[in-house]
Amino acid sequence: MAELPDQWEVAPEPGWIEPALAEEFPGLSIVSTALETTTGRSPEALKERLRSLSDRIAGAQAILLRQQPIPWAYRVFFRHIGLDPDTTRTPIEQLIFERIHDGRFKSRNRVDDALTIAMVEVGVALRAFDADRAEGRLGLRLSAEGEGFEGRVSPLPEGTIVVADEKRPLGILFDKTAEGRGVKRGTRRVLLVAISVRGVPDIALEEALWVAGSALRA
Amino acid sequence: MMEELLERADLPESPIAPEVEESWVPPAPPAGLDTALYQHDEREARADLRRQIAAMELALARLFGSAFPRKGIDFAVAGMGGPRLLSADELERVRDGLATRIQDVKADLHDYAVVEEANRELIEEMVADPASHRWERVCNEDIGEPGCKHWHAKPRWGVLGMLLGWWQVKISSGCPLAKGLRPPESRWRRRDSAASGAGARPLANR
Repeated sequence: MAELPDQWEVAPEPGWIEPALAEEFPGLSIVSTALETTTGRSPEALKERLRSLSDRIAGAQAILLRQQPIPWAYRVFFRHIGLDPDTTRTPIEQLIFERIHDGRFKSRNRVDDALTIAMVEVGVALRAFDADRAEGRLGLRLSAEGEGFEGRVSPLPEGTIVVADEKRPLGILFDKTAEGRGVKRGTRRVLLVAISVRGVPDIALEEALWVAGSALRA
Repeated sequence: MMEELLERADLPESPIAPEVEESWVPPAPPAGLDTALYQHDEREARADLRRQIAAMELALARLFGSAFPRKGIDFAVAGMGGPRLLSADELERVRDGLATRIQDVKADLHDYAVVEEANRELIEEMVADPASHRWERVCNEDIGEPGCKHWHAKPRWGVLGMLLGWWQVKISSGCPLAKGLRPPESRWRRRDSAASGAGARPLANR
C-alpha cells in the first residue's frame, strides 16, 4: 500500500452555533478545515485503503456498532432532533450498511472515499463542501421562516437545523447539500466539516479531519 | 463518554422562571382550578427527557445486539420529522415510543427463549433416543444460534436402517464455505436439497 503523507497538520477552525441550539444541545459543535485537492477518481493508494477497510468490517461489527460510544451518541442525537436513526441512518451506520449490502466499500471518488475512510476509522460525522462557494465561517443554526434552500422549490420548514455559512444554508444537518455548494468535478478547494454531538470527544474531531485530509492528499 | 450523556446536566438559571419571593405557589392548586398559575420553564424537563431517551437508546442497542441472529423483531421507533428542536411533548412521545419498543422487544425475546429452550431439550431427547424422534430436525436457528448446523434423526444405512430400526442423530457440518464462483449449472447440479454443497457431483460421473 502506498504511504500517505504524514507531514500535513490539520488546522481545524471552530464554527459558530446559534445560541438556541447551543443551549438545548450542549456539546454540539462544528469544525472545518479547507484544503486544496483534486477531484475525480481515487488513486490506487486510496482504493487499497478502502479494500483493507472492507476486510476489517464484517457483520459482527455492524451488529455491535450502535453500542459503541460514538455511534451511539449520534443515534441519541438523531432521536433528540426528531430523526429515526433506523430510517435516516447516522453517517457511520449508513456506510456500514452499504459495506454489508455491497460486500465492500465501493470506491466512488477521491473526496467520498476519503470521507468514508475517516468516518469508518473514527466514527465522527463528516461532510464536504466547495470551499470557494462558502462565505465566511461555517456554523449550525435554525432556518428562518420562508428561508430558501438552493435546489429546493419550496422553502425550508421553519426551525430546520442547517449547516450554514454567514450568508445562506449550505446543507440540512445530516441530510441534503444545497445545490452547487457540494464538491463536484473541478472543485479546487474542499471544505471538510466535522459535526460533533455530546458524547464525542474533541480529539476525535481533529483525528477525523486529519485522516480525511491525509487520505485526500494521498 | 456514555456516562456524560446519561448524567443529569446542570442548567443555567432560567430567565422566565418565577422568583421565589415574587410568586408563591401552593403545593396543589385549589380543586376545580385548571388554569396555569405561571409559565413553566420546560428546559429542565426537555434535558431530563433527552437523558431518558439516551438511556433507552442504549438499552435498545443492547437488546439489538443480543437479539442476533433472531429475525422478525421490530426495533423501529418512529421519528418526529426533523432535524429540528423538539418540544417537551414531542420528546415525551419519542421517550414513550422507545419505552414501548423496549418492552415489545423484551417480550419477543422472552417468547423466543421459551421456544429455544424447548428445542434444546428436544435435541437432548433426540440424541438420547433417536428412534422416538424419527425424521425430526432441529437447526441452529431454532435454538437462537448463528450458523447452519442442524441435528437430524435419520436411519443408519437408509432403507435398511429404517426397516431394522437403526436410528441415529446426524449433526451437519455447518455452512458451506464460500469458494469462488459456482460451476456452470449445465454440468453440475445439486444431489439433494441440503444446504451443504458437498452433494454436488458432475453428471458425467454418475
